[in-house]
Amino acid sequence: MEWETVIGLEIHVQLATRSKIFSGASTAFGASPNTQACAIDLAMPGTLPVANEEAFRFAVMFGLAMNAEIGKRSVFERKNYFYPDLPKGYQTTQLAEPIVGSGVIEIELGNGERKSIRLHHAHLEEDAGKSLHEDYHGMSGIDLNRAGTPLIEIVSEPDMRSAEEAVAYLKKIHSIITYLGISDGEMSQGSMRCDANVSVRLKGDETLGTRCEIKNINSFKFVEKAIKVEAERQIDLIEDGGKVVQETRLYDSEKNETRSMRSKEVANDYRYFPCPDLLPVILDDDYIEQIRQSLPELPDAKRDRFVSEYQLSSYDAAVLTADRATADFYETVAKTSGEPKLAANWVMVDLAAHLNKSEQTLADCKVSAEHLAGLISRIKDGTISGKIAKQVFEAMTEGEGSADQIIDKRGLQQVSDTGALEKMVDEVIANNQSQVDNYKAADEKKRPKMLGFFVGQIMKASKGQANPQAVNEILLKKLDEQ
Amino acid sequence: MAVDQSDIEKLAELARLEISPEAASAAAQSISQVLELVGQLQAADTSGVTPMAHPLDAVQRLRADEVTETDQRSSLQAMAPAIEDGLYLVPRVVE
Repeated sequence: MEWETVIGLEIHVQLATRSKIFSGASTAFGASPNTQACAIDLAMPGTLPVANEEAFRFAVMFGLAMNAEIGKRSVFERKNYFYPDLPKGYQTTQLAEPIVGSGVIEIELGNGERKSIRLHHAHLEEDAGKSLHEDYHGMSGIDLNRAGTPLIEIVSEPDMRSAEEAVAYLKKIHSIITYLGISDGEMSQGSMRCDANVSVRLKGDETLGTRCEIKNINSFKFVEKAIKVEAERQIDLIEDGGKVVQETRLYDSEKNETRSMRSKEVANDYRYFPCPDLLPVILDDDYIEQIRQSLPELPDAKRDRFVSEYQLSSYDAAVLTADRATADFYETVAKTSGEPKLAANWVMVDLAAHLNKSEQTLADCKVSAEHLAGLISRIKDGTISGKIAKQVFEAMTEGEGSADQIIDKRGLQQVSDTGALEKMVDEVIANNQSQVDNYKAADEKKRPKMLGFFVGQIMKASKGQANPQAVNEILLKKLDEQ
Repeated sequence: MAVDQSDIEKLAELARLEISPEAASAAAQSISQVLELVGQLQAADTSGVTPMAHPLDAVQRLRADEVTETDQRSSLQAMAPAIEDGLYLVPRVVE
């Protein structure tokens, strides 16, 4: 039996507004508990919410980037449930008339293919506070700083068929929101959170299986693992003659398993109704059009432009444009150095390896785009070889400054001075007489290969600083004279 | 449309209200009467009428994204029965 996994994602994205969606309290991350929770966030009697225009602007930007319908009229509703981190006893959210309607985006799959994923809708809502279950004398601690932070919840259609596709879609959303600058997208800080609806069915079946919703997935890696482990659980269950029960499950990353959240089963009746404290929000065409005009270049457009403008492969362009910081960095290096292909290699190979190893982001890396462009220029003009360039790059990562500063300080200039090179060549020839004899005796065709030995010796003697082209010329001449 | 005692008990649980069987039974009766009235309203022909999201014929005004609230934690927490480390303490909740 061949099984197929069907996945839909609900992604919560915190919007990068300065103040909350319904109050003037700050949304800054990391403040001391409850110092950013005002009377409105605490649901004090007599307070009234007033909606934040920026949250709407961000949501519309997102909708336009997803090629989605924009809700010119959107209505807030109350989703009623009890939990201590939700002081009002309801979450203000949207249901019947959300700000963003259906849309579609393309994701890139590992094999280079592209696939369309449909957006069901996206709506604006408020975040809840945080519950801390560490020991407070048998009680729970509540921090309401996060309560009222604006979120968009992005709901996909069940269009994904593997954990890998789900991750590709999640990364695409991450890329779009960070390009737009509407969220920092930091999953580790909870700025982007993901719930996955997972079901399985026999390949070829038309109807969907019973789904489970997995909550609490807070990294790209865990999204993939949680979906895989949940699909396996459901398949094992069905193959053993059991039935999947529709329920909410929690992903435990330490045990790599999902488990049932029984407490939510009874409460799954939210009794939505339109919020009497908030009027319908009406946006006109001019407003939406203005936002459309202000949109930055988006990842797909940038990828296509990199292919045509810098002659990069579609794959390389997709890697370089996955996040805006990398794309901007690359473009500065490419333009400043005038060597777009070399720039792509350095950013994707050496720089990426360094960031990965040192667990740094571009923002905290000591290599600036200007530095890297300078390094590439020095390779291009023959000041240093590609091999020495790696040393210079190492020094750059340590913060030793620009390529020129490092080359000067360490005396790494390529030796192209004929006199100095001739001396080195003479020495190598004198010290390796038997190889010289072999070379002279050898067939013309075999000679270029044998020449490599001498070049190697000279590069070694010069600590890699000899200009290989100049060395070749001098060697050929000197060997002929022997 | 009528509700029975079990509907009331379920609603009470969702609303975190403790209600005696007698009170639930009485509430079921009186709420059923209210729903009869709603039933009459629902009988009216509303085809072609857009559902109303709000009784006021007005639209929401939006505010500029500015931080206008200052830290009032100490005065707000003066009302709370239990606090520690700046947190509000509540009966333990664990998923």
